[in-house]
Amino acid sequence: MQNNVKITNSINEFRQDFAIIANWVKFGSKVLDLGCANGELLQFLRGSLEVKGYGVEKDDANLLACLKNGTNVIQMDLEDGLSGFEDQSFNTVILSQTLQAMHNTEEIVLEMLRVGQEIIVTFPNFGYWRSRAQITAGHMPVSKALPYQWYDTPNVHLCTINDFDEFCKNHNIDILERRVITDGKEVSFLPNLLGSLAMYRLKAQQH
Amino acid sequence: MQENNSIGIVAPQIAHFSAPLKLKSGESLPQFDLVYETYGTLNADKSNAVIICHALSGNHHVAGKYLKSDKYPGWWDNLIGPNKPLDTKRFFVIGLNNLGGCHGSSGPASINPATNKPWGSTFPILTVEDWVDSQARLLDHLGITHLAAVIGGSLGGMQALQWTIAYPERVRHALIIAAAPNLTAQNMAFNEVARQAIITDPEFHGGDYYAHGVVPRRGLRIARMLGHITYLSDDAMGEKFGRKLKDTIKYGFDVEFEMESYLRYQGDKFAGEFDANTYLRMTRALDYYDPALPFNGDLTAALKNVTAQFLVLSFTSDWRFSPARSREIVKALLDNERTVSYAEVTAAHGHDAFLMPDAHYHAILRTYLSNIDTGCGHAK
Repeated sequence: MQNNVKITNSINEFRQDFAIIANWVKFGSKVLDLGCANGELLQFLRGSLEVKGYGVEKDDANLLACLKNGTNVIQMDLEDGLSGFEDQSFNTVILSQTLQAMHNTEEIVLEMLRVGQEIIVTFPNFGYWRSRAQITAGHMPVSKALPYQWYDTPNVHLCTINDFDEFCKNHNIDILERRVITDGKEVSFLPNLLGSLAMYRLKAQQH
Repeated sequence: MQENNSIGIVAPQIAHFSAPLKLKSGESLPQFDLVYETYGTLNADKSNAVIICHALSGNHHVAGKYLKSDKYPGWWDNLIGPNKPLDTKRFFVIGLNNLGGCHGSSGPASINPATNKPWGSTFPILTVEDWVDSQARLLDHLGITHLAAVIGGSLGGMQALQWTIAYPERVRHALIIAAAPNLTAQNMAFNEVARQAIITDPEFHGGDYYAHGVVPRRGLRIARMLGHITYLSDDAMGEKFGRKLKDTIKYGFDVEFEMESYLRYQGDKFAGEFDANTYLRMTRALDYYDPALPFNGDLTAALKNVTAQFLVLSFTSDWRFSPARSREIVKALLDNERTVSYAEVTAAHGHDAFLMPDAHYHAILRTYLSNIDTGCGHAK
């Protein structure tokens, strides 16, 4: 299989966020990756955890990349919701670094909770001190995690870790686990200030 | 098309089947012929066969030419040939004319051996299920147990889907293009108008026009004109013809607009080469296909036993077989946790897009097909 080749590549450019996600996904489970890009994460999970994975992707070039590496990919726009997916039909639904580019942000998280028994949401933390410093200096933040200029950014709903915690509370979402990383290393001290990427494992609260 | 990747000169073959084919209607065909063409070479373990299922007016001549001087190659020549998306250097491709057709397979215009006269109105009405059963018989005849893939667009896509339902163990991959799990009322309504045009033509003679030495040309022509309107999008028609006039407005009913000229040309061409009885039967096969019907409309239940891997593909401007209908197939496959990918190709040409060599569309097919294992050292 081509998987092996790709995993070797992945080791070269080890992705700490992938490793954390892999830690949260059960062996052999069914996973839906929303905004799956070229299928890299699903390939990683397929190879390491033998998951049954499906990706959702809007972009034509990414769709081709997924087909090429044998990732099941469904071409659709996440802004339209997840009407093609049954309630609680996936063990885990993932939205990796895509939340901030969604217009229907609230709707997609609720849709994920409908379709997935658990969901994983990751996003660049806008409360990261480097972002704050750039704002303080009078500029919109530009960084490795937020590589766009204000005029060409696809990011429309940036938030901080505190904001997202509050969002979960207000929407009756249980935070099962939260991990924060900066440059591939975990951050536990002052995460909203020192963390660049926020990662959440979530579940709808039982009524 | 470039000549250097054409399959070149091809020739049809006929397979005769003397054992009866039991039909969904309860009738049976005592014996029948299927005309077919093949491209490429069947490998030693016979694992590289691909069958192409044709749509309403298609036939077995899918690729290549019969004579170098032929004006046009087969109807899906842009897809099939050496180094083309369906690469005949790797795959053994089979195209056939469906039963009830008018291009060499047994159909209404064929001679009924029992009466020595054309079948005409007595030729049974076939279904998608019957076609797939007859295609399976053709595979048996060719000594092929498993298909690497079944590919079809539109009504052909319905056959591809039916293959995975009826013969799950014989199909590894299904490419279902611009299709639907059944027709909507609006879609069936177009078929009804087309049939009424044919049936009410005075030269139809209840379907036995062969004996009268006439054909219901007017009816067939109108049926085809209607079909062509539905195969194009509003935008595509607008772009192709707009309100362009041939000459000036003449305050009459002859051809004045370019669009009318196109429709009449297409209608006349078709009426001169296609059999009206076949057209009636093809549209009925479309109407009747509904694999979810025995499951109270539950397509997920209907696809419970499929095992093939799927590529489902639709075109954004196709309103006759809209993307929403393809997504129903995808959803049923997802519900069953099957291996499936779905591509929604942005295209302006409406339903006709599935026959056109759009670069992205062909890249999708090429990419998907190149990942199909064809055994014999070609494993990927």
